[in-house]
Amino acid sequence: MIYLDNSATTPLHPKVKEAIISALDLFGNPSSMHTVGRQVRALLEQSRKEIADFLNCSPDEIIFTAGASEANNTVLKSATNCCAFCEDNRGHIITSNIEHPSVLSTLDCLAKKHVDITHIKVKENGIIDPKDVEAAIRPDTMMISIMYVNNEIGTIQPIKDIAEIANKHNIPMHTDAVQAVGKIPIDLQELKVDFLSMSGHKIYAPKGIGILYKRKTAKNICPLIVGGHQENSMRAGTENTLGIIALGEAIKQAGLEMNDNKKRIGALRDKLEKGIIDQLDDVRINGDVEKRAYNITNLSFTTIEGESILLRLDMHGISVSTGSACSSGSLEPSYVVTSLNVEPEIAHSSIRFSLGRETTEEDIDKTIEAVVETVTFLRKISPIK
Amino acid sequence: MDGASWNYSDKVKEHFFHPKNILEIDEKEYNADGVGYVGSPACGDMMKIFIKVKDDRIADLKWQTFGCASAIGSTSMLSEMVMRDGGMPLDDAWKLTPEMIINELGGLPANKIHCSVLGDKALREAIKDHFKRTGQEDRIPHDDKSRVICECLNVTEDDIRMEVLEGVKDFKTLQERTKLGTMCGKCVDTAKTLVDFYVGRYYTEDIYTGKEEKK
Repeated sequence: MIYLDNSATTPLHPKVKEAIISALDLFGNPSSMHTVGRQVRALLEQSRKEIADFLNCSPDEIIFTAGASEANNTVLKSATNCCAFCEDNRGHIITSNIEHPSVLSTLDCLAKKHVDITHIKVKENGIIDPKDVEAAIRPDTMMISIMYVNNEIGTIQPIKDIAEIANKHNIPMHTDAVQAVGKIPIDLQELKVDFLSMSGHKIYAPKGIGILYKRKTAKNICPLIVGGHQENSMRAGTENTLGIIALGEAIKQAGLEMNDNKKRIGALRDKLEKGIIDQLDDVRINGDVEKRAYNITNLSFTTIEGESILLRLDMHGISVSTGSACSSGSLEPSYVVTSLNVEPEIAHSSIRFSLGRETTEEDIDKTIEAVVETVTFLRKISPIK
Repeated sequence: MDGASWNYSDKVKEHFFHPKNILEIDEKEYNADGVGYVGSPACGDMMKIFIKVKDDRIADLKWQTFGCASAIGSTSMLSEMVMRDGGMPLDDAWKLTPEMIINELGGLPANKIHCSVLGDKALREAIKDHFKRTGQEDRIPHDDKSRVICECLNVTEDDIRMEVLEGVKDFKTLQERTKLGTMCGKCVDTAKTLVDFYVGRYYTEDIYTGKEEKK
């Protein structure tokens, strides 16, 4: 099996697996005063410190959540006020047109509560111009939320510049950094965001664990889940102890491997891209070629359709994803690829290859061969010449 | 990875991985008696069908498709159905429906039905093209059998049925696509009922088998 869908999710890191196994019998409730509980509490706090060190922030700025979708919901639902449950919401939020659905759908809900949303359009390279963000600021703008790295095309947004603009105007800044953590160094003393979301399962930890970073000086937010004092009363419910322990280990490993991964995986991604483009005509790279995560390439194979490519590659044991409408069961293709000011058919024919720490050179050689064969066959049966 | 977890039937997979009757030679060289071309790349599906006619039957059919697995699988299936038993008479081929193809395929996931409806349309276009080339325009059936729902814009019940097959699930989307009911508006209630009826027919089960349509 050749797994090239690491932006969808990742397998467990062997060290993460070990950490989980060694903690399986530590069932105590971290809120209990006794030894059984305190044991687990100690591990949670160790994990929190690991994450804080990695992001260069303080451990009490880390709130554990069930993942980035929850973190995004939590921040944005109280962006303009306490939260939509507690109070009426008014005001204005700035975001982009290529955010993850957990951001876009939350903002759609707020729009129904009379909050104005401005969706900044990315340029043809899939990157936002910070000037467009600044120009969209209004006196009632209450938050700016822009993702760090796009999940479909891997483009890196100028978050540092946008955060500086937000700070200058005294507007809270949030970034969904799910695809950035572990790929690009994040130093929260340099990167002046107030909130940051991340997820464990994109960095070789299990599903169901993530964090919301909240800077000490950031505005108060209203917890999404109430009814307990956990996580400083910011997220009620007994902690996902195994998930937190796993995430701490995953972050530790990310810190150790980040530079090597960047070099090795980056070279494999370039090899894959070059190998395909050298042998096939009319292949388009979606998104900026330079400013993107080293592990992702999103290619459009014009005149053929993405789901067909995906399923035929699957037959070869190769897992990828596509922006075609058919794969989602809707009538619309990927809004991220279409945002690059291209015809819808470019999105219908797009395939995302996302490499990971387990990807080998042999995987890449086999993938190039299978892609060339698949695309050649599907082009043969396509009426578009 | 044998793809056992897909919701596609074995028949769909067989036709997708090993499509039958693809046009592999140059179009001119094939010299068809009729060509039908439907869909658009923007919608993600495009179909071209080439037929040869002998004794008022389809003696040979070749095709090309830009589309997903169910589009490729269902066109391949259609090509086999049409050429069975010495070729389907043109009048029967004209009456081929997506439901009949889906039934032969052993069902399609409900959210994939819309990818499979172009094959029979392209086939009718090819037959129409053949009739035109041979001076048999009078044989092109007029679609006036279906009840007209929107009189202002001439949208029939069959148009609504086809829209639902192509993926429309609610009245608002139907109206955006057909503009039905935007003039005098008196057909709106009937159209809403029809959308619900056809959505109920095609999308109630996860896998639609087309069985109730079997002749």
